[in-house]
Amino acid sequence: MEKNKLNIKEFLDRDEQKDLLRLLTAGSVDDGKSTLIGRLLYDSKKLYEDQLDALERDSKRVGNAGAGEIDYALLLDGLKAEREQGITIDVAYRYFSTNKRKFIIADTPGHEQYTRNMITGGSTANLAIILVDARTGVITQTKRHTFLVSLLGIKHVVLAINKMDLVDYSQEVFDSIVEDYKSFVTRLDIPDIKPIPISALKGDNVVERSENMAWYNGESLLEFLENVHIGADYNYEDFRYPVQYVLRPNLDFRGFSGKVSSGIIKKGDEVMALPSGKKSKVKGIHTYEGEINEAFPPMSVTLTLEDEIDISRGEMIVKPENQPSIDRHFEAMLVWMDEEAMDPKKHFFIKHTTNVTKARIDDIRYKVNVNTLEQSKADHFELNEIGRVVITTNKPLLFDSYKKNKSTGAFILIDPMTNNTCAVGMIIEKLNNKDLPSRINDINRERAQQGESLVSTREREERLGQKGQTLWITGLAGSGKRELAYVLERRLFDEGKTVVVLEGSMVRAGLSNELDFTSTDIAENLRRVAHVCNILNAQGVITVCAFRSPDESIREQVRDIIGKERFTLIYMDESLEDCKKCDEDLYRKAEEGLIDDVPGVDTKYDVPQDADYKIKKSNFEAIEELIRRI
Amino acid sequence: MSDYNLSHLRQLEAESIHIIREVAAEFENPVMLYSIGKDSSVMVRLAEKAFAPGKVPFPLMHIDSKWKFKEMIDFREKYAKEHGWTLIVEYNKEAFEEGVGPFSHGSKVHTDLMKTQALLAALKKHGFDAAFGGARRDEEKSRAKERIYSFRDKFQQWDPKNQRPELWDIYNAKVNKGESIRVFPLSNWTELDIWQYIRLENIPIVPLYYAKERLVTEYEGTKILVDDDRMPKEFVDKAKMEMVRFRTLGCYPLTGAISSEAATIEEIVEEMMTTTKSERSTRVIDFDQEASMEQKKREGYF
Repeated sequence: MEKNKLNIKEFLDRDEQKDLLRLLTAGSVDDGKSTLIGRLLYDSKKLYEDQLDALERDSKRVGNAGAGEIDYALLLDGLKAEREQGITIDVAYRYFSTNKRKFIIADTPGHEQYTRNMITGGSTANLAIILVDARTGVITQTKRHTFLVSLLGIKHVVLAINKMDLVDYSQEVFDSIVEDYKSFVTRLDIPDIKPIPISALKGDNVVERSENMAWYNGESLLEFLENVHIGADYNYEDFRYPVQYVLRPNLDFRGFSGKVSSGIIKKGDEVMALPSGKKSKVKGIHTYEGEINEAFPPMSVTLTLEDEIDISRGEMIVKPENQPSIDRHFEAMLVWMDEEAMDPKKHFFIKHTTNVTKARIDDIRYKVNVNTLEQSKADHFELNEIGRVVITTNKPLLFDSYKKNKSTGAFILIDPMTNNTCAVGMIIEKLNNKDLPSRINDINRERAQQGESLVSTREREERLGQKGQTLWITGLAGSGKRELAYVLERRLFDEGKTVVVLEGSMVRAGLSNELDFTSTDIAENLRRVAHVCNILNAQGVITVCAFRSPDESIREQVRDIIGKERFTLIYMDESLEDCKKCDEDLYRKAEEGLIDDVPGVDTKYDVPQDADYKIKKSNFEAIEELIRRI
Repeated sequence: MSDYNLSHLRQLEAESIHIIREVAAEFENPVMLYSIGKDSSVMVRLAEKAFAPGKVPFPLMHIDSKWKFKEMIDFREKYAKEHGWTLIVEYNKEAFEEGVGPFSHGSKVHTDLMKTQALLAALKKHGFDAAFGGARRDEEKSRAKERIYSFRDKFQQWDPKNQRPELWDIYNAKVNKGESIRVFPLSNWTELDIWQYIRLENIPIVPLYYAKERLVTEYEGTKILVDDDRMPKEFVDKAKMEMVRFRTLGCYPLTGAISSEAATIEEIVEEMMTTTKSERSTRVIDFDQEASMEQKKREGYF
């Protein structure tokens, strides 16, 4: 027992030191990908007995494997709906360990419609396993996967030629597939390719070297994964430290927290803050355990500097002699990830390192056919399409090319309306600025000169996340128009809308203060209000107007000025008797002839026949449907 | 250059700290959900690490189902106090006063009212726009596909078909008013990683994880602890002292003990590596309907 305890201690001491390999598996159900992963997990003894029990139960109901055999693929399909469809449709992460390494597998589906899933899974991978069916060899899908792997800058590829058992473990078949693949891959940028003949189903060369293929002298798949050298994949040359968080626990400590994206930093090193360009020296590298002398990727630390420099999130600490590009204008390979096609006129949010700003796509240079690698012209991208674009951002970004530095070369685009991550990009080596097309061009300058706004209503509406429109409330005096207007304003504001109320006393106090209450002046007043609404609506703002507006003809005029599609008429449906109770003073004066032009007393009120909503004071709840519609 | 290698634990640690800082920087009102379990204990330590030598800029919140082990509550109070955390404790008052509990209402009703509903109400009450949880992807099938930033709509629900792509270490933090995210900084950790890290870092955990002679009884096929006098007499009567420990901690009537002699972390790991049951299998709630964890997650449970 005593000896045993010592063993587990030794085991843990050693095990704590092992490193981490993140890998991507690409392939479809037919390639036996799930079977391969299932076997890796199973044979590396990660699976506990009760998970196996559950597996045997599931196999009986929906399994695809032959009777009596374990369907390894079932271990992997996570979500219920997907299990029923018999396909894996998202990125699923799997974990297993050997005594040399811990492995994280990003398991992604292989069909073309799942390109975005593969891009997602591959973004953090050190290595990709590309599965090929020995019976079919290199097919379109193999080429597509290899292209995506190269696009993502994954440096190691295992070409796993599977189902060798079905081609009699033939060396000839293997060699010819490898040759095929290598001739294709020379066009791409993948430094390390390792072909391995396997049978996932039978277990040949997966964990143990196979006796069925004596002609193959190399490592088994797992041996290769355990030994492949990935330490050199990090960029240790170019120090980049995007500031994530400024730590100020007390007046004497101002720390800049972040992750070392690349390069190495030592105490005492001279550094520069960008974009300010201010220089200082590293005073300390702080961690929870105390100060350390140096930090390297991907460590999360906190730096303090000798001088009091103001640096905030989104800025970057670098070394003065080795700086990234600072620019608003760059080229990138973009992958469209959204179901909704790209609207090239849209302004997006871009998130790059710890920076968020706005971005627009100035130009689409070309799109790439992921199957043939051919380039063609395009004016927008659909889901899963990939191509080269020119981007301009509001704020300058601090970047390197993705090829040189993944962490400062990658970005995501976010749709400002849906907040979805709609595209991801990889920055290409910076070109001379003048060579890049931009959309603030001469035509735009000319339009501006002629007094034309360069910002469209649509762009404004997208920024505000709403449609500019007018809610016009009509009704008798005392019917509760103004109260409804302010209730609506509050509710819409709470929903995140930008909204303005216009009502009688407010307008009469300023904009229309010279006007009287004669019918012509009332018409003039409402005409002015309608034009104010028109201007505000064109800016994307919602206006809520509370005016008696008793004449059908004037309401029609107002609607014509504002525009039918932006106009909603709300009628306060209260009887004259009830209104009188609410504003006794006014109605008494009107009946005594002290004031004129009070609808319902000395002038008529046209009850609208075409009101979009009828609201009663006693039932404001009815506006909820209106608010939902907005 | 070969000196510049981080072990897998240090890589996981760095990744988690990066995630925690991103959330603190980009959200207005984050909270860390604290279950008092071993994963929570690791997550809490990672938060302390992320902001050292400063103080963590968000509170801890425990959703108390009122049926937790007594030792968990003692541990919670002590830990929060000693480490200077702001601790919020919330529970479903209405259901509690109605006497909802696993013995009388079954695990499904109890979990829904005292955990899921209590959590949703508490998040709403405080207006939290981001909530950290200690879930790991290796725990259970439906978690394997969940993002690190897991988006929740106005009704706090998860839609597994409509998740945002998540690439590199760039997290999309855009949410509209009323929407929120759940954040899982331990996504890439496995159970073994958690134990190794607890050992490496000397992280305090609730003593229930270690084997000891305890008074246990048979209930719905699992061995549960006689923790207070709310346990029906019929079960108390057949209780006996046994050497047991717990692999996960939750509500005492819903968390099965395992027979074990493992009284140190090393022994726990040793037992784990040779054991035949995966960790969630001692939880009664995962078995009450097929694909039950996914269902609960859609409804708002973590």
